[in-house]
Amino acid sequence: MDKRTSVEAAVSELADGMTIGIGGWGSRRKPMSIVREILRSPVKDLTLVSYGGPDVGLLCKAGKLRRLVYGFVSLDSIPLEPHFRAARQAGAIPEVRELDEGMLQWGLYAAALRLPFLPTRAGLGTSVMEINPELRTVRSPYADGEELVAMPALELDVAFVHMNRADARGNAQYLGPDLYFDDLFCAAAKRRFVTCEKLVETKDLLAEGSLHTLRINRTLVDGVIEVPGGAHFTECPPDYGRDEAFQREYAASAKDEEGWRKFRTEWLDVPEAEYQAKVRARGVR
Amino acid sequence: MAAEVTRAEVCATAVADGFRGDGEILVSCFGTVPSIGARLAKLTFEPDLLLTDGIASLVENVLPVSGKAPAAVVEGWLPFRSVFDLLWGGRRHVMMFASQIDRFGNQNFACIGPHAKPTAQLLGMRGAPGNTISHRTSYWVPNHSPQVFVEQVDVVSGLGNDRAAALGKASARFHDLRRVISNLGVFDFATPERRMRLAAVHPGVTVEQVVKATGFELVIPREVPETRLPSDAELALIRERIDPEGLASKEVRG
Repeated sequence: MDKRTSVEAAVSELADGMTIGIGGWGSRRKPMSIVREILRSPVKDLTLVSYGGPDVGLLCKAGKLRRLVYGFVSLDSIPLEPHFRAARQAGAIPEVRELDEGMLQWGLYAAALRLPFLPTRAGLGTSVMEINPELRTVRSPYADGEELVAMPALELDVAFVHMNRADARGNAQYLGPDLYFDDLFCAAAKRRFVTCEKLVETKDLLAEGSLHTLRINRTLVDGVIEVPGGAHFTECPPDYGRDEAFQREYAASAKDEEGWRKFRTEWLDVPEAEYQAKVRARGVR
Repeated sequence: MAAEVTRAEVCATAVADGFRGDGEILVSCFGTVPSIGARLAKLTFEPDLLLTDGIASLVENVLPVSGKAPAAVVEGWLPFRSVFDLLWGGRRHVMMFASQIDRFGNQNFACIGPHAKPTAQLLGMRGAPGNTISHRTSYWVPNHSPQVFVEQVDVVSGLGNDRAAALGKASARFHDLRRVISNLGVFDFATPERRMRLAAVHPGVTVEQVVKATGFELVIPREVPETRLPSDAELALIRERIDPEGLASKEVRG
């Protein structure tokens, strides 16, 4: 089946109140073209599950989130995400579900395996149990009798990930050092979209990476979109590194509303093709 | 040694001593001084420690924290998923920083103020809850003050000894708080209630100074030793091999 589609078509599937997952980690291999399209769309009241980076900052700033499920939000080279910080400090995210980052994996894995929960020690005794009032513990039925956190499945309506390569049928490949949890985001979701740097023929999937890089097979994918530069300004090695100068401008736009308005007008209120053309004109990529 | 030993070098040596006996486990460090200390331990008395390149590779040779680095000799692959597996399996000693820490070693780097609407949003929980209940944990505080060493942390991200004890033996059996190292001294929890104790003051620091900079009551032994100075061989490793550009002095002055 040819699963090629467009960013616009993928994002048009979102409805108010849905739970979405965004792959990548911090400011690394984030499906930013999808994030930008969500910002252009009227969708609102989303629940977002993410190993948070600028995806979280932008969706917070644009008021798209009703609930945020996360372990951290960081831009890596800029440790604290300024738009996320501002939103938190203004109490602008209605529901905050802050977890240990390993619990987030466990919730996605539970959803992927269609289990109601997976047990873990992570979170016990800490404020995680207090700030997530729906969390419950479970006692081991075996002789040890140990009490553990029952991390509930994080079921997603839609997952978005950005990969280096994919074929038209949805087999996707990462060529960088870390898959992060992108396969689990796809496995935990009802609808799954992969943007990629380059669409290749199936027979060419092993041309650039070993067998071990083919970690997302087509059972995990509903739509494939070729978007060169789709992770910009986050990193997407080996295709490109993080655009640090751009990220600094993004971070600086959190200082005041005028700065944000300028950034938004120049970079967000424009079609993706124009965004990419302007990025290329800066000569970084 | 030509130049006098700096406070940062004393701290790095104390950090290294904190990894004594760790053997073949992963050491994860946040901050320059902890990174120097871990490298110093690996180059001297703990050659089997595992260190990463900060991305996803385990690196066999010791890379400097400043200056020109030799090519990494990669000995393994450690993407985030493997980090979580490894840490829940316990083969790790982490040294995290603390925005706040209390007398039982409850640590906060998530946010300052009420969690619902913090006055300062920081990193978030990150891996602190899972780390602290799974394996050896130490903390590094480069700016010892009553704002960091507090009576009560605003949010508990890293599990302290009192809360661990309340969980019971089964759940907390891998909880293992080791040391807190600050720019003023070395602290452990070697007291009957597992409260924080002043284990050593760095040369040039007085016990009174430490007490004044701490927002809760420390356990102070009758005799407080001085943190040891690095040996000439250790100093040479720090200055020539690990931190030739003196990056540590940006984190700790004096």
